[in-house]
Amino acid sequence: MSDVYIVGADMIRFGKYPDRSVESLGAEAAHGALDDAGVTINDMQALYCGNLMQAAAMVGQRIQQEIGQTGIPVINTSNACATGATALREGWMGIKAGIYDRVLAVGVEKLAGVGMLGGGGGGAKGIPTEGLMGSGSMPCVFAEAGMAHSKEYGTTFEQFATIAVKNHHHSTMNPKARYQIETPLDEVMGAEMISYPNTKLMCSVNVDGSAAAVLMSESEVKKRGLGSQAVKIRASVLTTDPWTDRDEVMPDVNTCTRNAAKEAYERAGIGPEDLDLVELHDCFATAEVLHYENLGLCGDGEAPKLIDEKATWLGGRIPVNVSGGLLSKGHPIGATGVANVFEIATHLRGNAGKRQVEGARFGLAHVIGLGTCCGIHILEAPSGS
Amino acid sequence: MADQPLPIVPYLKVPESGTPFLEGFRCKECEAITLKERTACASCGARSSFEPHRLAEEGELHAFSIIHRSFPGIEVPFVSAIADLDGGGTVKTNMTGIEPDPEKIALGMRVQVVYEIAPRKDGEGNEYMTFYLQPAQ
Repeated sequence: MSDVYIVGADMIRFGKYPDRSVESLGAEAAHGALDDAGVTINDMQALYCGNLMQAAAMVGQRIQQEIGQTGIPVINTSNACATGATALREGWMGIKAGIYDRVLAVGVEKLAGVGMLGGGGGGAKGIPTEGLMGSGSMPCVFAEAGMAHSKEYGTTFEQFATIAVKNHHHSTMNPKARYQIETPLDEVMGAEMISYPNTKLMCSVNVDGSAAAVLMSESEVKKRGLGSQAVKIRASVLTTDPWTDRDEVMPDVNTCTRNAAKEAYERAGIGPEDLDLVELHDCFATAEVLHYENLGLCGDGEAPKLIDEKATWLGGRIPVNVSGGLLSKGHPIGATGVANVFEIATHLRGNAGKRQVEGARFGLAHVIGLGTCCGIHILEAPSGS
Repeated sequence: MADQPLPIVPYLKVPESGTPFLEGFRCKECEAITLKERTACASCGARSSFEPHRLAEEGELHAFSIIHRSFPGIEVPFVSAIADLDGGGTVKTNMTGIEPDPEKIALGMRVQVVYEIAPRKDGEGNEYMTFYLQPAQ
């Protein structure tokens, strides 16, 4: 089986684009990735498109109608917040299988102004349970996941809030982030409380956005002389949540991440100690804390220490979410899993500007789709030839 | 219209006489306890392996959040709580009988299930029975 490389990637600046269609946003990132790879839509053998909110509406084909209807197969994916990672992984698999040598993966979402996500309503029968049987809102679901960590290890509100301080700080160095504003600790902790311990500044931002990547087989990379920009996909893993005892009332984002991380490290032949940076699914500040341990960046119960030591800040032992993360860069669901791969690839190619993790060789991109699934990609810097 | 309160969720049983109780399912093969009956066991895949399993009414608070912003029309603040019941089974519901203040709620504290008529009716005017968690007496 051929190794698979990312030879071009791009994302649009995440934000609000009320006057633009989802396909026009997708097309912009697609063109950016194609240009970065030095190819055109006519070189692509398949298109993989991730979009959640219009999952039934052939978004991939509509992007094709914007950038060139060449008649290639289009695969539309929908997998909650792992939608983009799933699209990219399907493309990876098409090349791994030997069916294609050159594919395009696009993730796109229009999410600005949709309001809080989660289970607000009741079922078809009966009365709504929100506010009677707890809350199904996403800020609450992830707050509860964080509080389970507090129960075990004493993680504090201040430590959770520090995650948001860090990610908002990182975003000031990312011109493609939705927000680029410093948020000191007192501001984060004093912001509107949404769902304790998550304040408004500890919740990811609903934005419009798109990201895209061009994937090629090893022979194609060699043929086209793209080795100096070819980021190798060392592992592409997708898991779902195996049954755990609290499943029915508490979505388990931990076990699927742990399983995915274990498999990804095995497939990549490296361990967490070899990583130079990580983009992980900080949909809420509480979630980032859990994934430090789930991804093996520290031992179980050591996440609070990692936070106190600032180990995950740019310049620290293992920088996490130097893009600004979902908290500040924004979280356009279908685009998120492609955008975090773009971020890692940008660092591995040395193009990340002020936020560059110097000398980065290995990076990991992680997303969680509630329902539940986990996607992980481990990428390696171009070898140069 | 029903002449007695309907259960807010299927695993809350409201007998015609006597007090309500919680009843889930237990897999005879792997002993997994679930709130919902399924086609096959989510834990081991066994078919036709479920038997009704009455859940305990006391347990331990596993996690909570205090909701200050919910969906339109939902009164805030309220405490959303998850409890592991003694003997197996985990439930999530509002926690009452305690201030919505993180300083007042202790993770791991003992809690008990209480039953109350829900302060909402459906479109046909039916009343519903719900359950809450409270600090154990």
